[in-house]
Amino acid sequence: MARAFTPKVITANDLLEGDVIYFTAEDTWTRHMSEAELITDEADAQLRLLEAEKQNIKIVGAYLADAKAGPNGPEPTHFREEFRRTGPSNYFHGKQEAQANV
Amino acid sequence: MYKYNEFDEAFLAERNAQFRAQVERRIDGSLTEEEFRPLRLMNGVYLQLHAYMLRVAIPYGTLNPDQMRALALLAEKWDRGYGHFTTRQNIQYNWPKLRDLPDMLDALGKVGLHAIQTSGNTIRNTTADHFAGAAAEEVTDPRPYAELIRQWSTDHPEFQFLGRKFKIAITGSNTDRAVIKAHDVGLQVIEQDGQIGFKVIVGGGLGRTPMIGKTLREFLPQADLLPYLESVLTVYNVLGRRDNKYKARIKITVSENGIDTYRAMTEEAFLTIRGQYDGTDQQLLEEFKAHFQAPEFRSASTEAFDTAYENDPVFRAWADTNLDQHRAEGHAIATISIKAHGATPGDASAEQIRVMADLAEQYGYGELRISHQQNVILPHVHKSDLPAIHAKLKEHGLATANLGLISDIIACPGMDYCNLATARSIPVAQEIATRFDELKLEHDIGHLQIKISGCINACGHHHVGHIGILGLDRAGVENYQITLGGDASENAAIGTRTGPGFAYDEIVPAVERIVETYLAIRENAEETFIETYRRVGMDPFKAALYPEAAKKVA
Ligand code: HEM
Ligand code: SF4
Repeated sequence: MARAFTPKVITANDLLEGDVIYFTAEDTWTRHMSEAELITDEADAQLRLLEAEKQNIKIVGAYLADAKAGPNGPEPTHFREEFRRTGPSNYFHGKQEAQANV
Repeated sequence: MYKYNEFDEAFLAERNAQFRAQVERRIDGSLTEEEFRPLRLMNGVYLQLHAYMLRVAIPYGTLNPDQMRALALLAEKWDRGYGHFTTRQNIQYNWPKLRDLPDMLDALGKVGLHAIQTSGNTIRNTTADHFAGAAAEEVTDPRPYAELIRQWSTDHPEFQFLGRKFKIAITGSNTDRAVIKAHDVGLQVIEQDGQIGFKVIVGGGLGRTPMIGKTLREFLPQADLLPYLESVLTVYNVLGRRDNKYKARIKITVSENGIDTYRAMTEEAFLTIRGQYDGTDQQLLEEFKAHFQAPEFRSASTEAFDTAYENDPVFRAWADTNLDQHRAEGHAIATISIKAHGATPGDASAEQIRVMADLAEQYGYGELRISHQQNVILPHVHKSDLPAIHAKLKEHGLATANLGLISDIIACPGMDYCNLATARSIPVAQEIATRFDELKLEHDIGHLQIKISGCINACGHHHVGHIGILGLDRAGVENYQITLGGDASENAAIGTRTGPGFAYDEIVPAVERIVETYLAIRENAEETFIETYRRVGMDPFKAALYPEAAKKVA
């Protein structure tokens, strides 16, 4: 049997700000992973990535990242994506700070 | 100190204007990221995990107070209020915005700083001994030669697209503080029969295949420096592999072809290339030497120093660890630790950067240095000024007395910032420093260098740490490999792996066990960690790290 497909989100960095962004089901970009589209079908993943890359004029380096469904939307499965959605551990900078200021 | 002339300033302004236009063209969509990426990298702009990163070169680690203040300005105006000093005598800013980068580069250009060739397959910023021009035992100041190399290599048409990045380091001392044996080319200025020349070392490097450089030429006369370097690079351009990025560094070329072949080919190329140099470079060199002339060192009583040293134990502890012997009477080299216990190694706030600039202006003959060990140096200070300097440093959290000690850790940005990282390095450094500060053991432990990288690229020099730590990703969790016995000095050596790696929450206890073992088996308090390791080898440390394995054997 083929290995089960690990669900994905599409993520990139914003061209102007440089910060981490995620692709939504509405073909827009969000700063919150929980609002990203969770792609559960392997065939769909590549098509969605092509769709995201159509917006390369305002994003950089879109790729598919492993994710899983959580109670509030997609969550990372690997610590790299955990850091990307949170910010560095030595200062309260990046996303964690932005979220605290909401 | 070397002053950029009008030509340099015009060149920088022009480069920055070009970059500004390139940024605009990326934003309006005329350039794709594929087209823009090499252009931004040529100007020191990376895209990291959370943001862009700007890497600014500090040629041969030398800065004047105005340049230092410009670094503070960048941190404050366009970043998050701090800068990160790196092992390559650079400063990195972790949070700039794309639109601000051209302004940042302009602000740097005004004080003669730039980010050119801090990236890409070019000849990178030539690094130098951070005590250059000040160390008591130095043959001669290596920086005029570093400047000659910088001018020759900047925008040199043949060397913009090398097989891979190319790093040169230079020292004028027997004590190697520039890790010349871990660079593509390492140069040591030496004197032979009254003649100044260089010992040329080639093929050192860290990264995934660490190697200690080999001697290519025992003595190269001063006048032959550029033609000989050009010959080394010409041979590299011909012989070097371009099929595989990981085999493209000169260390691989040298080890695959053998140092003797490399030497023979270099010498042959040199016969032709030498004739193409008409001596203009040597005239330039003489000009640079004038720019780098030592200040007029003042003479004064050192009584203020002696009194403070006698009466103030905090000052004495700092003086004992953070001062080095200066060549001029009554003077000292003062290293400012950017490694406060628990803080990020190499990070200085805008305010701290300004304080250091002011101190250099007021007491330090207007000179500052950045070391590859991520500290800042006042290379020339009269001893009588040290109590005042120390008092000021204390007020700003800059008086940590830990130079060369276990908390004076080199750490790369790791997974907290770096796109290539496989694990974090900064928090590991923070926790080790905090732990040994709590134990109050660090002065007892003495000289011990810990170096940490967040992936095999080895930006944190872990291979040459007495204790090296390499962060890896093992099946989706952070895992840390330890090496022992590395050495970044003139006795350069690559460390040996202890065995299986340690989880994130096991790494600090593991380091503690290594240190306890050392304290238990050293012959006396004078025997340093590396000396003990050389005497007893790996076994006692292994036994302490892997008690289970030891039991099985027994
Ligand atoms: C954060 C972005 C960085 C990136 C993308 C990066 C990338 C790399 C790569 C790919 C290598 C391996 C080169 C090879 O083996 O051919 C390397 C080596 C190295 N980098 Fe970095 N690095 C970064 C940050 C730093 C920092 C912050 C420092 C200084 C603390 C640094 C200093 C070095 C040094 C000393 C080496 C090893 C020496 C050698 O080139 O063999 N790098 N880097
Ligand atoms: S060693 Fe790896 S993790 Fe550390 S800065 Fe270099 S590339 Fe990044």
